[in-house]
Amino acid sequence: MSGGTLNLLIGLAMGLNLLALGSSRLPSLIRAMSLQGVFLGVMPLLMEYETLNWRVVAVALATMVGKGVLIPGLLRRAMRAANIEREIEPFISFVPSLLLGAGGTIAAVALARALPLLPEHAGTLLVPGAIASILTGFILLIGRAKAISQVCGYLILENGIYLFGLLLIHSTPLLVESGILLDVTVGVFVIGIIVDRIQRAFDSLDTRKLTTLRE
Amino acid sequence: MNQFLLIIVPLVGAALAAAWPSNRTRPWFLPVFGLLHVVLTFWLFINPPVVAPEAWLGFDPLARAVLPAVSLLFLICAAYGVSYLRIRSERPNRVFVALLLAILGLLSAGHQARHLGLLWIATEAVTLAAVPLLHFNATPRAFEATWKYLLVGGTGIALSLLGSFCLGYASLHGGGVGDLTFTALTAQGAGLSRPWVLTAWVLLLVGYGTKMGLAPMHTWKPDAYGEAPSIVGAILAGGVTTVAFTAILRVRSVVGAAGEGHIADRTLLLIGLFSMLVAALFLLGTRDFKRMLAYSSVEHMGILSIGAALGGAGVAAALFHVWSNGLTKGALFLSAGNIRRAAGSPSMDDVRGMSLLTPRSAAIFVTGMFAVTALPPFGPFFSELQVIRAALAAGQGVATAMFLGCLLLAFFGLTRVVFGIVDGRPRPTTRANAQRFVETAGVIVPPLVLLGLSLWLGLFTPAILREAWAAAATQLFPAP
Amino acid sequence: MTLILDLILRLAVWLLLAPLLPGIINKVKAWVACRRGPPVLQLYYDLAKLWRKGVVLSTLASPGFIAGPAVAWVALTGAAMLMPLGPAGSALSFRGDVLLLIYLLALARFCTAWAAMETGSAFEGMGAAREVSYAVLAEAAIIAAVLSLSVQTGSVSLVTMLSPSAGAGAVLLAAGLFTVLLAENCRVPFDDPNTHLELTMIHEVMVLDHSGPPLAAILHGASVKLLLFAVLLVQAVLPMGELPPLGVAGALAAGVLVVTVGVGLVESLLARLAFRRVPLLLTTAFLLCLFALLVAWKGGAK
Repeated sequence: MSGGTLNLLIGLAMGLNLLALGSSRLPSLIRAMSLQGVFLGVMPLLMEYETLNWRVVAVALATMVGKGVLIPGLLRRAMRAANIEREIEPFISFVPSLLLGAGGTIAAVALARALPLLPEHAGTLLVPGAIASILTGFILLIGRAKAISQVCGYLILENGIYLFGLLLIHSTPLLVESGILLDVTVGVFVIGIIVDRIQRAFDSLDTRKLTTLRE
Repeated sequence: MNQFLLIIVPLVGAALAAAWPSNRTRPWFLPVFGLLHVVLTFWLFINPPVVAPEAWLGFDPLARAVLPAVSLLFLICAAYGVSYLRIRSERPNRVFVALLLAILGLLSAGHQARHLGLLWIATEAVTLAAVPLLHFNATPRAFEATWKYLLVGGTGIALSLLGSFCLGYASLHGGGVGDLTFTALTAQGAGLSRPWVLTAWVLLLVGYGTKMGLAPMHTWKPDAYGEAPSIVGAILAGGVTTVAFTAILRVRSVVGAAGEGHIADRTLLLIGLFSMLVAALFLLGTRDFKRMLAYSSVEHMGILSIGAALGGAGVAAALFHVWSNGLTKGALFLSAGNIRRAAGSPSMDDVRGMSLLTPRSAAIFVTGMFAVTALPPFGPFFSELQVIRAALAAGQGVATAMFLGCLLLAFFGLTRVVFGIVDGRPRPTTRANAQRFVETAGVIVPPLVLLGLSLWLGLFTPAILREAWAAAATQLFPAP
Repeated sequence: MTLILDLILRLAVWLLLAPLLPGIINKVKAWVACRRGPPVLQLYYDLAKLWRKGVVLSTLASPGFIAGPAVAWVALTGAAMLMPLGPAGSALSFRGDVLLLIYLLALARFCTAWAAMETGSAFEGMGAAREVSYAVLAEAAIIAAVLSLSVQTGSVSLVTMLSPSAGAGAVLLAAGLFTVLLAENCRVPFDDPNTHLELTMIHEVMVLDHSGPPLAAILHGASVKLLLFAVLLVQAVLPMGELPPLGVAGALAAGVLVVTVGVGLVESLLARLAFRRVPLLLTTAFLLCLFALLVAWKGGAK
């Protein structure tokens, strides 16, 4: 039962990847990312619902609040403060990136079948979901010009790694998990500050203007 | 207990510096806590503690072989920092001083981390803490460099997290409990799942290699080193890259225990040679003397990587090179900072004749350049010689030839830029700008001391240091 | 004899019921906008009026200007005959009839575009070009949907393809087919049937110069096509295998009604997409159908 729900959630998260690739406006990109964060937060609860303890609940809650509310809020604030246009300008335009993402998702499913997995993980979509999200993150990182969309790409990449980390949910100690979460949050906070400074220094968040430094 | 002090003392210093009210006296926190750290480190160096195998943190032989160099470099840079921040007294330095001390603490944690997750957390924290230091100058160029550093470094660090998870899964899949301490992973050895170990190795090499600045993941380095204050460049090049190198060494020993050491060695050798080649080619083209230092750093990271690929003797040589390169590069960065400040531009198109305007800094710069291109009797000469010896002993003739060729190319590139700046007649604008810069003892003595240390390391390598490097090599490659 | 009776009955149902759908859509739109709106039977009145009117012919136009709409209408009606109606099956069923259905739809589109080009007007040509270029993308989605249905059931005949219970990818398929329905029938996010600015029109601009009975044939054909897609969507998605025949008929009618109301709601709530965004949406529809295909495939392999 929980396996099916888990797979459904991961499938939805993979769908959100494609939505993120196809969305042409920043708010919808941020929304897709935050929704994915909330799904990711629910997953540990589903996986561990028989042996639920405070540790899992804490991690799940922190993930949901951090990835679903805090980070998107920060990004929205940066977007408002910078008063930038909401249109995303792509290097790789939407249709090719969508097709790339879809191809990547299919390849991820195929690849995950070839990987040696423990029997309890073989039936889940955790590994394909992780690979697909990482690919999506990379496409967004490379293919978008606005600093905030690149940050979203980075966060989707992190989400993919988090999905992979769920394989190890039994064995990683709380300290490590919370440390990782803390680092990610601080990282986005730092990125937010830099985005703000770039906006002030360049009067734009278009990374195509950051081309002074080259050989 | 003392190994925790190494982390706690600088962090307390950072907190105090953040709370300290005076902008003028705050920089003194740097040398005071740097000195405390050096004393602690060398006390531990001489009386190494016994580290419990399951400990997450410990002053183990590898930390003992590297951390003193970082600590020493930090102290001297800190002394320079006092005079530097006096010159830059117009800018608030609260964040700068606090984060530099925090980086020292986090570096100590990273070097001593014996747990994969903890290592990652420390490295990521160092990466993030360095961000505000890079844009201390608050110019648009500095922000551009910071942004590139964040994106490239962040991606690298994300990949290393994925690699850590893969290694954990290798343990789980091999029937282990997923204990991520290096001791447990090495003990599981051949029981680790091979495909996952190899995936993890690739991801971790790319991830920590990004942090270290190995080509082709080095692209953040020229930007960051070019735009950051030179003291930050010195600490990044001598400290932060080192923690990534020890991370790769620790992971390499796990991969070796899993029976895939030959593959790891081959990738390390290839990526090292590639880094040297890329760096040498870029050195022939660059016109900016601070970016030149960055490419030189890429080249030396390549040397470290090659050393790590050559087994026990090579690792000992690489650890020697960590010391000699870190200290010499520090001298170069600090003197380059002086020249940059006096000249008002980092490009050899605008800067000439600095031997007339800043004679002492220029002399240190030229000597440091010869030292770093392995002129005897400085440290880098002997460490690179040891790497070559190890390579020839391992039968890597072609690699040795390429290594020497890259060194030669890099020598041409470095001399081209350095003499272009030092020689000739200064331009009038440069002359006017240089009059505002005075070569006080505060900015000359620290690079001079670093250069002296490099010379001392080359001429009289202390036996205790050799013993520490050899011990670290045996920790990583236990004799079969 | 029964065959002919069946055919006549079926034709009557398709041809008489089809113009109801645009009426319902307009009623829904009026209701959302708090207007009274035109009567549900408005299209019937329009058709009757057009049928009585004469035809204005350009001196440039060849007989194709008249023949195009006529052939298109016949093709669409023929396609409707292939479409099974729940327990009643279809009038004509054979292996691979789904391909014929797709080809008939394409033929209808070709003929409309041809007739549009006959006028020699720049506007009509532009509309035809747009219509055809979107149809290319929509067709990829239809083919993916058909493939997923045939993989799911292991058949290439419409009657068996549409009869079984819905597979795991039903939601994906429904979303994909609904998008295709909107695109194929020139509904709102792709085209605005009510627009009056020639530059932004797609379908409407093609038929600007038609009048009288040919225009009636085009309008009626369009409504048949809408009904066709609605029936296809409902039958592909709803699991109706176990219901009694009357229940199936009821479910089918209710499903078509829901789809129609859905189109109306979409038209009231969404704005038209900019032209350069349209390929993105159609690609999304294609991907939805593609993933439905993958799900069907994976489900079949297990």
